[in-house]
Amino acid sequence: MSTPILEIINLSAGVEGKPILKGVNLTIQAGEVHAVMGPNGSGKSTLASVLAGREGYEVTGGQVHYRGQDLLEMAPEERAREGLFLAFQYPVEIPGVNSTYFLKAALNEVRKHHGQPELDAMEFLSLVKEKMKLLELRDDLLKRSVNEGFSGGEKKRNEIFQMAILEPKLAVLDETDSGLDIDALKVVSEGVNKLKNPTNAQLVITHYQRLLNYIVPDFVHVLCDGRIVRTGGKDLALDLEEKGYDWILKQVAVAA
Amino acid sequence: MSDDAHSIETLVKTEYKYGFVTEIESESAPPGLNEDVIRMISRKKEEPDWMLEWRLKAYRHWLTLTEPTWPQVKHPPVDYQAISYYSAPKQKGEGPKSLAEVDPKLLETYEKLGIPLREQERLAGVAVDAVFDSVSVGTTFKDQLAEKGILFCSMSEAVREHPALVKKYIGSVVPYTDNFFAALNSAVFSDGSFCYIPRGVRCPMELSTYFRINASNTGQFERTLIVAEEGSYVSYLEGCTAPMRDENQLHAAVVELVALDHAEIKYSTVQNWYPGDEEGRGGIYNFVTKRGLCKGRKSKISWTQVETGSAITWKYPSCILLGEGSTGEFYSVAVVNNRQQADTGTKMVHIGRNTRSTIVSKGISAGQGQNSYRGLVEIRKGAANARNFSQCDSMLIGARCGAHTFPYIEVKNTSSSVEHEATTSKIGEDQIFYCNQRGIQTQDAVNMIVNGFCKEVFKELPMEFAVEAQKLLGVSLEGSVG
Repeated sequence: MSTPILEIINLSAGVEGKPILKGVNLTIQAGEVHAVMGPNGSGKSTLASVLAGREGYEVTGGQVHYRGQDLLEMAPEERAREGLFLAFQYPVEIPGVNSTYFLKAALNEVRKHHGQPELDAMEFLSLVKEKMKLLELRDDLLKRSVNEGFSGGEKKRNEIFQMAILEPKLAVLDETDSGLDIDALKVVSEGVNKLKNPTNAQLVITHYQRLLNYIVPDFVHVLCDGRIVRTGGKDLALDLEEKGYDWILKQVAVAA
Repeated sequence: MSDDAHSIETLVKTEYKYGFVTEIESESAPPGLNEDVIRMISRKKEEPDWMLEWRLKAYRHWLTLTEPTWPQVKHPPVDYQAISYYSAPKQKGEGPKSLAEVDPKLLETYEKLGIPLREQERLAGVAVDAVFDSVSVGTTFKDQLAEKGILFCSMSEAVREHPALVKKYIGSVVPYTDNFFAALNSAVFSDGSFCYIPRGVRCPMELSTYFRINASNTGQFERTLIVAEEGSYVSYLEGCTAPMRDENQLHAAVVELVALDHAEIKYSTVQNWYPGDEEGRGGIYNFVTKRGLCKGRKSKISWTQVETGSAITWKYPSCILLGEGSTGEFYSVAVVNNRQQADTGTKMVHIGRNTRSTIVSKGISAGQGQNSYRGLVEIRKGAANARNFSQCDSMLIGARCGAHTFPYIEVKNTSSSVEHEATTSKIGEDQIFYCNQRGIQTQDAVNMIVNGFCKEVFKELPMEFAVEAQKLLGVSLEGSVG
């Protein structure tokens, strides 16, 4: 088997001395879509933050290999340039910074990192048009400042659009469904599905099963109290939807 | 996270790239101030008697004043007797008749600063008057401007060559009785720029002055006067730098603008005086009085300033809106890092009917810098239907800096409207992380966020200046966030 895109081995991490992840194991191969589900406070968003390298999260044990490299040794911007993309649960507003300018700067950082020539404004705009068409989006968001005054749905769409431009190897979608109505959910999910290919992978973090009706995972993992307590196929998500997280928690308690 | 010693304070280290000293012989007055020194300055400049008399009156008035204590800044007292009030690059024989006769070392200095005077002469664009220490060293494009009847020369030359104009307007907007520093400036001003745009003339190029303090223990007291006659237009740029020195240097300038009927003056400043080191040693005390008089109907004066330098800035470019329907604007970006302190803002005094003013102030504080916006909007009784809009935004970088806002509003009639908006934001770890996560490193992210914050002001600057201002902001905030 080829080198996995992501290999998390016995990862422990916390915030301000409080342990949150308590030994997570997870391997993602190219071409796969994994979903991590779990109740509130189980550590889902912490996992996303640790993978992206957000400040304030201390790794206390374990390893993370990203495409054969030691992910935890890499600065956040290096991780990004190496193709790790986090679609934020709460995308941040940057007033006065034009979205197109921002995205062009981001793409050119990635290209520079890989020794590719930077795109000029014209080349970038034609790429933007192509991706807009692919995702069936309107370009009005790009004329505005980054996320400024965007609705919840617009922010999430913008994240997916950034993902389309940056073409990551591993996209981590952190609660992308939160705050979306059903129409927006469809648009965003269809975008994510179109961006899937045999060389990349997606890690979808969600509380609810409904997103998984649109982004169909190959594997579903249930995260409880900082550990993955169950792994299964897409049907596991349906069971969870029907029976709730308590059902699994009880089973885990019995097994212990 | 791994070895992310990203503490906001750790990387506060700004290189000041204009800190070099030019080895040039200069002729300085001994430190100290008295009537003899003032007579000496006036004599050196071959001034008419009325000018000397005015200086002496200003000096005598200054003696009765005390330094203002209301600004939100702290510094040891200035010893006005320890300063030399006149310094000039030494000339061999007569003064330079043209740039060809200017000391090549001086020209080299200006080239280092990115204002090659001779280059500028060839490339159409900006006419420059450069003031080195106390005297003006050369004005480019003078002949081309003269064809249109525009006068653009050093203040000393104006006093000699155009005494009637100078006499009519000097002190008409900022009288020597105005304040402590204006009185001092009036007594000892050494040079500066003078600009006169005749009726109906649109100045075909940006006019520019470049100020540089070189000699040590020297104060710089330039005085600028711009008069725009009926229906004329001029855009004026001002830039400033100084060498790095351990002691503080005083810069107390006065700028007066007069706009007659339908005239428009746009005055842009990029101030990058040496700010002192990380510990707050050295740096320029920038105590400046700038004021424009919208004397004529529908006249307009617009101030745009980007203040990144100086240890202390005390400056309130203001507009007196006397003419009916006149407009005043103030767009400001003030940055403080390390131990810098700024108390800056504007005054908009509405006297005429239907006058309008706009204030957009962006304060950025980093390191242990303290940034205050102080602004007055005064609408007098006769200023029917006057309108003002003020927006004051502050951005904090790190936890040890401060931002303060002191808005004063006085409205004396019922038909006017005043709007004031203010925000304070902290440059978020969240914003920086968001940029990092898209591959943009922290320093670039800070520049991007700060430039976004200042966008409304930068768009008011002439193109080349806007680019320079953005770069300068980057340099000023270098290392302010880890």
